[in-house]
Amino acid sequence: MNLEKVVFGFFIVLAATLNFGFFIGDIARPELHHIYELFAAIVVNLIATTLKFGDRTQIGAIHLATSLVADLQLIAAAVTWGFAVHVLGLGMTPEITASVVSLSGGALFANVVSVILLIAETLMMRR
Amino acid sequence: MSIVNDSVLFLVLRRMRTPLIVMILIYAVSIFGLVLVPGIDASGAATAPMTFFDAFYFISYTATTIGFGEIPNAFSYAQRFWVTVCIYLTVIGWSYSILSILNLLKDEGLQRALARSRFNRKVKNLTEPFCIICGLGETGSLISKTLDQVQMRFVVLDDRAEPLQELELGDYQADVPALHADAQIPETLLLAGLKHARCKAVLAVTNSDEANLAIAMTVRLLNPGIPIIARAEHAATASNMASFGTNFVVDPYTLYARRLALAMRSPPSYQLVEWLTRVPGTPLPELHEPPTGKWIICGYGHFGRAIVQRLDSMGLHDNVRIIDPRPTSPDDHISIVSAGTEANPLIDAGIKDAVGLVAASDNDINNLSIAITARELNPDLFIVMRQSSSGNSALFETFDANLTMVTTQTVAHACLSYLTTPMLSRFIREVEKQSAEWATNLLESLAPACSGLVPYVWTTRINRIKTPALNHALQNSASPIPLSVMMTSNRNRDNPLKLMPLMLERAGQLILCPTPDLPLHSGDKIIWAGSREAWNEQKLTGSYANALSYIITGHAETGSWLGKHLNS
Repeated sequence: MNLEKVVFGFFIVLAATLNFGFFIGDIARPELHHIYELFAAIVVNLIATTLKFGDRTQIGAIHLATSLVADLQLIAAAVTWGFAVHVLGLGMTPEITASVVSLSGGALFANVVSVILLIAETLMMRR
Repeated sequence: MSIVNDSVLFLVLRRMRTPLIVMILIYAVSIFGLVLVPGIDASGAATAPMTFFDAFYFISYTATTIGFGEIPNAFSYAQRFWVTVCIYLTVIGWSYSILSILNLLKDEGLQRALARSRFNRKVKNLTEPFCIICGLGETGSLISKTLDQVQMRFVVLDDRAEPLQELELGDYQADVPALHADAQIPETLLLAGLKHARCKAVLAVTNSDEANLAIAMTVRLLNPGIPIIARAEHAATASNMASFGTNFVVDPYTLYARRLALAMRSPPSYQLVEWLTRVPGTPLPELHEPPTGKWIICGYGHFGRAIVQRLDSMGLHDNVRIIDPRPTSPDDHISIVSAGTEANPLIDAGIKDAVGLVAASDNDINNLSIAITARELNPDLFIVMRQSSSGNSALFETFDANLTMVTTQTVAHACLSYLTTPMLSRFIREVEKQSAEWATNLLESLAPACSGLVPYVWTTRINRIKTPALNHALQNSASPIPLSVMMTSNRNRDNPLKLMPLMLERAGQLILCPTPDLPLHSGDKIIWAGSREAWNEQKLTGSYANALSYIITGHAETGSWLGKHLNS
């Protein structure tokens, strides 16, 4: 067993699960989408991205690309949230909540691709 | 080829992983802490903690030590406790990251990757024909200096750092891409442009026969179309190289033995060859006339054997005496087992009535010792010495033997004449067939073109690309254009240029020393010797129609190609 592989897999799966936890629930109801979960998802996604740096293989490149997409989507969600609350002063209306959650839904898709890649890579190794 | 450039980026990213993760964690912990700790308002009542945005904003300016005092409310004690922790955490995090980056810049692996990528870029951007020089020893540096002088581009590979540093400090006109890497590794040769469309030749001139063999083999397999010039000190290596089609194997000992034989048979021919193959611009070598008679060969290695073979073929078999420390000398020659450094074996070999001596052992100091002893015993002796290391030059110059064979120089001269003027070796073969009088005459007519320095030797091809104007004129002119056109100054047609045609090749026929009134044909190849200035002026005549028509007609035509078309 390789500890590096454990850490790598752990962060990729954790990024996907946290993302999923934030995303699940009625899209327009702010009380079902906690900000702490979004924060955790962003942090873990950033760490997962960093772990994917420096792999030259084709699969490594796709891994990195999916993670970058997820980061972008989640950060966009956070910026939307902050802008709506602090700058526009609207608070979490159903519209704002829906757009934040749908952005995180996009990130979730990227994270799922990432997990599929991880599984595929593992299966390829155990021929 | 982009693999090399990418590898720098990937190496940096890989090394930056830990510091980046540390920074992300520190930020996350600090922000999350601030979001949990309650604040205080002006009246001292507890308020809600900071929002995520406020916390991110505060940590961003604190962590980077910018330190705005911008958030209006004073912190509660709980917040102050946590911020103290945050400040120390983030400062440590940043210092760690910056130190990691600095360390990375010093990293040998990264430096090497950067050097490779720079080298690769330079090679890829070469637009002129170039050759690859493997090994920058004494031979390699002599070759590269001369190639630079005649404005040919080259790429250098060596597995030692010092010669490359010297190259950087050297006075070169062109930018020389150089890489510190082992040329025996195929990847290195590919990086140096082995498959580059402009790569013209590969020179394997390292000090090791084994390495040269490996390089020649690699080149032959990876790019069969490229000429290989390889140095071989042992006969076995030379025949091995020739077996898989190395174009030009330079065996300095056989080559020198052949020249020495030429010098004995016809001193002027030897001198002519020396004039044409030395480094251009250096002083002309003096005339040496090695006598025929009894010769003593000290050291029966590769060099000694090559010389004995030549002497035998000249019918001097019975006049050869061999002195060698190993008792392996052939039976059909009179030989003495000794190093030859003491007087007795030399006297036994008949030094008193010998005419010449070759100090041919592979030890420079032994050679000097042999030569000094021999000269004391017989001051009229013609002495030929072998010098292996140029570090001993001072000693050899002081002793002043009649001829000194410097291995590295011999190799360099041979490589250079092959590279710069491929026709020269054919000319030299022709020279070897000619008589001494012929060579004397040629030397006399060549002397004014040289003015005391070794002349430049070059080949001109009359065709559409190399000499467009001349080629055009030849195809359109009714009257024949004589060779003298290329020998006349285009500034004043009464002045001849300081050059001389050595040989003209036309449809496989060779014409030695063509006369100036010989009519030119399109497709002729002419080999010239002369000064650098004359060469440049001749190039202009060949490619610039106005200069050419001035020489032919005596009228200075003016106007550009466009102007002429507009006027007509």
